[in-house]
Order: sequence, then structure tokens, then C-alpha cells
Amino acid sequence: MSFPTYFDLPHADRSGLAEQIAAQRRRVAERLATVRAVVLVMSGKGGVGKSYLTAGLARGLAPLLPRGVGVLDADLRSPTVARLLETEGPLAVLADGVRPAVDAAGVKVMSTEFLLEEGHPLAWREPAQDRFLWRGALEVGALREFLSDVAWGQLDLLLVDLPPGADGAVELGALIPDLAGALAVTLPSEESRRSVSRTMRAAASAGIRLLGVIENMSGYRCGRCGELKPLFPGDAGARLAQEFGVPLLGSVPFSPGRLTVDPALTARILDLVA
Amino acid sequence: MKFLCLDCHAAMEFVARQEPGDGTFGAAFTCPNCGRSIALLANPMETQLVGSLGVKIGGRTLDQPPLELVRSKLLGKDGAFASPAPADQPGPPAWSAEARDRLERVPSFVRGMVKKLYADYARERGIREITPEIMDRARAELGLEGM
Repeated sequence: MSFPTYFDLPHADRSGLAEQIAAQRRRVAERLATVRAVVLVMSGKGGVGKSYLTAGLARGLAPLLPRGVGVLDADLRSPTVARLLETEGPLAVLADGVRPAVDAAGVKVMSTEFLLEEGHPLAWREPAQDRFLWRGALEVGALREFLSDVAWGQLDLLLVDLPPGADGAVELGALIPDLAGALAVTLPSEESRRSVSRTMRAAASAGIRLLGVIENMSGYRCGRCGELKPLFPGDAGARLAQEFGVPLLGSVPFSPGRLTVDPALTARILDLVA
Repeated sequence: MKFLCLDCHAAMEFVARQEPGDGTFGAAFTCPNCGRSIALLANPMETQLVGSLGVKIGGRTLDQPPLELVRSKLLGKDGAFASPAPADQPGPPAWSAEARDRLERVPSFVRGMVKKLYADYARERGIREITPEIMDRARAELGLEGM
């Protein structure tokens, strides 16, 4: 039997899938057209304080950027930024988009923290078998909708707090038009350096501009003498900066409690996105 | 995806979509020349694979509502989304820089609760911006000494 092939038929594709995928990308681009700069905040493994730094930077930058700052918590499975910024739902749904939560400094926030039951994992309505087949697509789809369907409005900066690892950076790098770049957060240790190096290399390979490195928990301030003392051995921040030819933007001491970031670091980030 | 009528070598036309609610999906197509009809029947796995992309087989007839995929697929908590406030109800009050600094000094484990108390106080009284003076007034009226 012989019959025409797909391309022999001049008719439009009736499934409309390709057009819908293209429309999804257009929707992201249209929404982000009012956001001057989108910056990813990434790390290698978890526990480096990336979300804490993201929240602190957003708080520090908000008064300095007249059109405002937003934070998208892209760590869907383990969201923390919303709580750090003391924001909460419910989120209002309007025809033109979902209104983000707003913190006390005016930072706009979107996170699965607003959507999940307290203490419950990220879960989807799905057939019980073979979940591994579509989980990734659902999670990327959720991030796409957080970008396109949240009414971010006019913003000078949207910080995207990524989950640990390289996948988030690569996926969002492909989805966000005119991405300003990515900040890498590391601990001083060699283990962290190796892990963050992989993530930075993956991001660079995907064409994402590396804006710089922030070394977090670079010692602690002694409560008695006020001297800065080492917390982890190593100089991962400086070594990563040298390896990738990017600036070491700051070394942040461990300071539990207040959500503040050194004004000098804030100023360097401001220069990068200005 | 295209459907071909083998008798006519013509592209069949999409007629109807069916989602019975059991996780499966059906779509009917008809040949514009001979009128022959067929139905594509997808099992739950196939339906889920396509649905995970946030697309509709056969195309969309209505605009995509905000967070359609998240709201339809995520097992979230009740009340995560709210209807918009009526136009005559103002949004949350703003915080002045001085008031924010003062709020920062509240111990973190009670800060969220304290912030809500002040915000509710301001909202109930139609106050658009929370300042240290408003916080003092709220403390006196609500008995929030030390907050």
C-alpha cells in the first residue's frame, strides 16, 4: 500500500500542538516585556544559602530600583523564598493574570509555597503508573506559567531562585527571552566548588551569561571579639571566578537571623543589571 | 498530527473532542470528500503525556486562562487562589520604610503574626500606609506592647 506522507498533505496540522507550544513562548515573552532584567540565581548542591541570598538581595535592591523587584521561586519541590520574605496567599486570579504576593518592601513573589499544603510534597493529578514520564514536563510547564501568567507588571529586576543543579538554569535559559544572566552561589569548600563548577559550565554551554560568583558562609563573625573567622576551609568563590573569568561579587559571612545583605554586594548587583 | 482518508487520499477534518473524565481522550475526524468518520482514542498515559505539555489536541477554541496547567494538575491546598476583591475594597496597606525597619526588629518567629495584626488593623480602618505612628496607635488600641 502506498499513501501520502505527512508533508504531502498541504493541510494544517489538526492537532495544533506546534502552534500552541509557540503560543506559550510568545506568552512568556509578552509578559516579560515589562521586566527590564531577569537574573537566575543558581548553585550546585542544596544548602548553600541561595534562597536566603536571593531574598536578601531582593530586599536590598527593592528601594534602589524604582520599577520594583520580583522573585520567582523556581524550586517547586522545596520552596523557601516566600516564607523568608514573609509573604502568603491566597493569590488573586484576574483575567489578565494571577497577582503575585507582595512583601513588606514591595517585592513581588511567586512560589509553590502559596499553593501546597503545609508539609506536603509537590504532587500532581496523574495516573499512578509511569509518573517519571511526564513529571519533568509538568514542572517545566508550571515554571513557564509562573513566568507568563503571573501579572509581574513593570519590574526593573526579576530574580529567579533556581533549585540546586544545572537543569533549572538550562530549561529557563531556553524559555526566557533576553535573559540578563545568572549568578552562581557557592560555599568556600572544595566540594561546593566542584558542584557549582558543573552548574556554571552547563549554564555557559546553554548560552547563559555568567554574571559572577557569590561566596556564601565565608566565615562567621565572632560574638566576643567581632573578628571574622573561617567556617569552611577553601576559597571556592575566588577559584570559580578565576576559572570562568567572572567577578567574585562578594563573600558573605554566616549571619543567621536578619535577612540582610552587605550593601556593597547589593551595589555590585545593581551595577550588573543597570 | 494529520489524519488521512485512504480511500480519497484527503486530509480528514477535526469534528469533535471528547474527555469522559476517566483519564482518556477521544477526537473524531471526518473525510470532507466521502464523509467517512473515525475516532482517535487515547489511553490515560497518552492523554497525560500530551496534557503535561499544557496543550489541547485539536487546538484551542478559548483563550488559555491564567495558570491553567498548575490549577488543573497540581494537587494543591484549598483556597490557594481567591477571586479578586471588589473594586471598592482596597488592596493590602503599604509599609513605610521606617515601619519596615521597626517590623524587622520583631523576633522572626512572631514577625509574620505581628505583621498581620498591623495589616488587619490598618485595613479595617481604611489606612493605606502603615507608619511607626500607626503602629504605636495599633499597639495602644490592641494591647500589643512589646511588638
